[in-house]
Amino acid sequence: MSFYDETLSSLHTKIKNKEVTITELTEQSFKRIKETDDKIHAFLTLDEERALAKARELDEQEADNLFFGIPAGIKDNIVTKGLRTTCGSQLLDNFEPVHDATVMNRLNEKNVVTVGKLNMDEFAMGSSNENSSYATARNPWNTDHVPGGSSGGSAAAVAAGQVPFTLGSDTGGSIRQPASFCGVVGLKPTYGRVSRFGLVAFASSLDQIGPITRTVEDNAYVLQQIAGHDQLDSTSANMEVADYTSALNQDIAGLRIAVPKEYLGEGVDEGVKARIQEALAKLEELGATWEEVSLPNSKYAVAAYYLLASSEASANLARFDGVRYGVRKEGEDLLDLYKKSRSEGFGDEVKRRIMLGTFALSSGYYDAYYKKAQKVRTLIREDFEHVLNSFDVILGPTVPTTAFKVGENSNDPLTMYLKDILTIPVNLAGNPAISVPCGFSDGLPVGLQLIAKPFEERTLYKVAHAYERATEHTKVKPEL
Amino acid sequence: MSKITKEQVEHVADLARLSFTEAEIEDFTNQMSKVIDYAEVLNELDTENVEPTTHVMDVRNVLREDNVKPSLQREEALKNAPKQKDGQFEVPSVLD
Amino acid sequence: MKFETIIGLEVHSELKTNSKIFCGCSTAFGAPPNTHTCPICLGHPGVLPVLNQRAVDYAIKAAVALNCEIAEETKFDRKNYFYPDNPKAYQISQFDKPVGENGWIEIEVDGYKKRIGITRIHLEEDAGKLTHDDYDDASLVDFNRVGTPLIEIVSEPDIRTPNEAYAYLEKLKAILQYTEVSDCKMEEGSLRCDANISLRPAGQEEFGTKAELKNLNSFTNVQKGLAFEEKRQAEVLLSGGEILQETRRWNEDKKETILMRIKEGSDDYRYFPEPDLVNLYIDHEWIDRIRGGIPELPDARKQRYINDWNIPAYDAGVLTQTKAMADFFEESVEVGADAKQAANWLMGEVNAYLNSEGIEIEEIKMTPKGLAGMIKLIEDGTISGKIAKKVFNEMMKNGGEAKQIVEDKGLVQISDEGQLKAIVDNILDNNQQSIDDFKNGKDKAFGFLVGQAMKETKGKANPQVINKLIKEGLESR
Repeated sequence: MSFYDETLSSLHTKIKNKEVTITELTEQSFKRIKETDDKIHAFLTLDEERALAKARELDEQEADNLFFGIPAGIKDNIVTKGLRTTCGSQLLDNFEPVHDATVMNRLNEKNVVTVGKLNMDEFAMGSSNENSSYATARNPWNTDHVPGGSSGGSAAAVAAGQVPFTLGSDTGGSIRQPASFCGVVGLKPTYGRVSRFGLVAFASSLDQIGPITRTVEDNAYVLQQIAGHDQLDSTSANMEVADYTSALNQDIAGLRIAVPKEYLGEGVDEGVKARIQEALAKLEELGATWEEVSLPNSKYAVAAYYLLASSEASANLARFDGVRYGVRKEGEDLLDLYKKSRSEGFGDEVKRRIMLGTFALSSGYYDAYYKKAQKVRTLIREDFEHVLNSFDVILGPTVPTTAFKVGENSNDPLTMYLKDILTIPVNLAGNPAISVPCGFSDGLPVGLQLIAKPFEERTLYKVAHAYERATEHTKVKPEL
Repeated sequence: MSKITKEQVEHVADLARLSFTEAEIEDFTNQMSKVIDYAEVLNELDTENVEPTTHVMDVRNVLREDNVKPSLQREEALKNAPKQKDGQFEVPSVLD
Repeated sequence: MKFETIIGLEVHSELKTNSKIFCGCSTAFGAPPNTHTCPICLGHPGVLPVLNQRAVDYAIKAAVALNCEIAEETKFDRKNYFYPDNPKAYQISQFDKPVGENGWIEIEVDGYKKRIGITRIHLEEDAGKLTHDDYDDASLVDFNRVGTPLIEIVSEPDIRTPNEAYAYLEKLKAILQYTEVSDCKMEEGSLRCDANISLRPAGQEEFGTKAELKNLNSFTNVQKGLAFEEKRQAEVLLSGGEILQETRRWNEDKKETILMRIKEGSDDYRYFPEPDLVNLYIDHEWIDRIRGGIPELPDARKQRYINDWNIPAYDAGVLTQTKAMADFFEESVEVGADAKQAANWLMGEVNAYLNSEGIEIEEIKMTPKGLAGMIKLIEDGTISGKIAKKVFNEMMKNGGEAKQIVEDKGLVQISDEGQLKAIVDNILDNNQQSIDDFKNGKDKAFGFLVGQAMKETKGKANPQVINKLIKEGLESR
């Protein structure tokens, strides 16, 4: 059996009909990981013994829900009780959380089987996985290429057929970009839709946890399970969760699509552009209409993002000081201990952003950088609001390019940052967005990004599912 | 061009409790200058009458009742501590 | 040259909530180290704060009681600094939008009244506790206290003398205790005070350079530390020296302030809005609800005692210094005690007892009803003042009703003239020397004879009757 041929719902049917046991399913997951992970490096930690024990236990019970006994992988910045959580950092090499993230509770209550923790750029800072302080995860479509980041492991694991679904986190594109690079479906929910409690914070006002799956349907199922208000997260939205699965299999005739000219302009690869235009044509065929629009402030998003995200990160990552947890480097005195633990524990990109953020918040610069960026954020939000008043979705590529080669960009941070130009504005605005596979360019997957109004994930699933049904892109699998 | 000096980078490193070699300071000064230069693009925008966004959703007054919940067992609280003594976290002496 | 002293005080007061400000851990004092902690207050990766409603209520209450304007919209900010007692390496505090601003309290000191302005009151979380481990020459961190809600109350630089500072703190403490937002126990750290002090030549507008005093662990030490610093700075200035912006700590053993560090520039705390907490809007309904729960404050009570019961202003001030004392006093009056008598007992015997035992009025066994009963027995002549002391001591130690104690111990006063005359006659018969002395103008002898009579009756004789009988006896001899 292969996860490539299955969906959550087909697996559930097989479990119910005893065509497969949960133990077999779990073993299949570990078998596939062992076959492929020396090339992919998607997993940082496997929880084999406990996963199999749980599987055996579940085999004694009635499969009472869709997630019952389904193996899953979790990005390593989501805390898991008693299971090492490193955030891709040497500094947390030995960290075993004493509690579960809210999303873990939501999955555990349905008896999902967590097989392990997934590779990522250190503290979610990066777009290639090259900033993992462990092995760099690789793209299953071509292992010379990056899987994207920061949820590179989460996207690669699904693309490699290691697990049916994973959870990632998205601060500036960290779910959508690797989903695009790896040819899988990744959704960043509206800010506040999924609890952040237990997500190790990178930039608190931007972070969201979201699902990565092979199909749109599975994605909707996973979001349905993890979304919802959480009293432990003051920024979580206290409103009812929509019925996402009922948005599937709907007609999209009359759908109004906005195509920002900034999203298909300079810097977007021809191959990517072509796939997006084909997708647009396909949606038109299905009855949608589209118009070109402008999001004039998008070009300021990267600068605003790096100031805001780094500022928040500089505070969020200050707690890693070698006192209460994590790897400690002894020093001559307290100051020395702090500096050694942090300087030796963090990788370069993390240090770069802590430095940038500390600078942007420091006395005399706050107004010029941090506050200015917050104001620009308002303008970017207003851009989206304005366009989405007259359109149902905004459409464009997820990333201007396909997955680049390992090492290709890693020495120039600014160039790397600019590649996130299409995903970052969405985080600044807080809207939901999805990346769905829309074909290939030079043998590597291209992702189609759809953006909707806040809390309109239903619309995204409706359109993405209609598109998925009309195409064959999610049915292709990489040779591994 | 570069608005950031080496001294500023050293000061920021100190605030962030990071230490760097001379060569690294040099690198950071260059890289940060580039990013900060790039950020100057924001000054093209007139934001004088624009409210800053701290939260994208207008959620207000999220409060919890003043109820005591169980705390961690002390062993759990100290489980990840690199160094501990007598049920407490140990650090180099800081008392003056 | 004459100097004017400028003092500003920063007071941190722990709020009396059950749980911490951002998590459900208990705030109870005195638990074994690190047993009141959870991933949230330990600052574990991934945790988020959720604001305790009561902490906000209490901060508003304190701000209203201190005559502050309450912010309509307020928020929290992160104050970034590294220290082992600060687990997230930022403290959640309030920077530019405190709960309350522009308040004041009135103090009375050395016979004059004065208003001291309050710049701001804001909410924040307390830090953990560091202790020194001599054996390892290390510091140990206990996080039980971290996350206890605090209000920081910053005064205007309106204070001019150490005595005013003392009076300000007494009044502030009284208000915080009356409103029941804080225990204000300095010995448990639930009230802490830092002081800023500078001198300027009399008549000069501009402030001088200030020093910050720390480790002022009692109001008396605030007063002493400021007095020391006032003198030190004057000496430096008079000898042509310069005051540096420095932090000094009060050394209780040496009774002096000692330099901790010289401040260069200002600290860079990189405040920014806390993204994990949402903004707080305090509407009129909320403020009115809190205002409705504020009891009569010390100044109002004091005035009422003066007006209604003719209590001298000084006494009324002492009685209202703590709510517990004032409550005790009022309850005594309510159950029938003469207000002046009750005030005298509380100011005199009760206070002396509290001081000698080192306890608070809440801890005594005597009830207001007991005190009132005793005062009545004195008034109706059932017991003498001397007997009353015995009854008082008994009630302080074991409680009970005055009347019952008097009956049980046979302490009723003897006023029967016939019964007492026999005793007096007997004493006079046996003390011819005293009679002679008295007749020769030695008034002391009279007192001796009264004393003999009291001794004979074990103090139960009515002193007025004894006086009268001895006087008559002396005249007739």
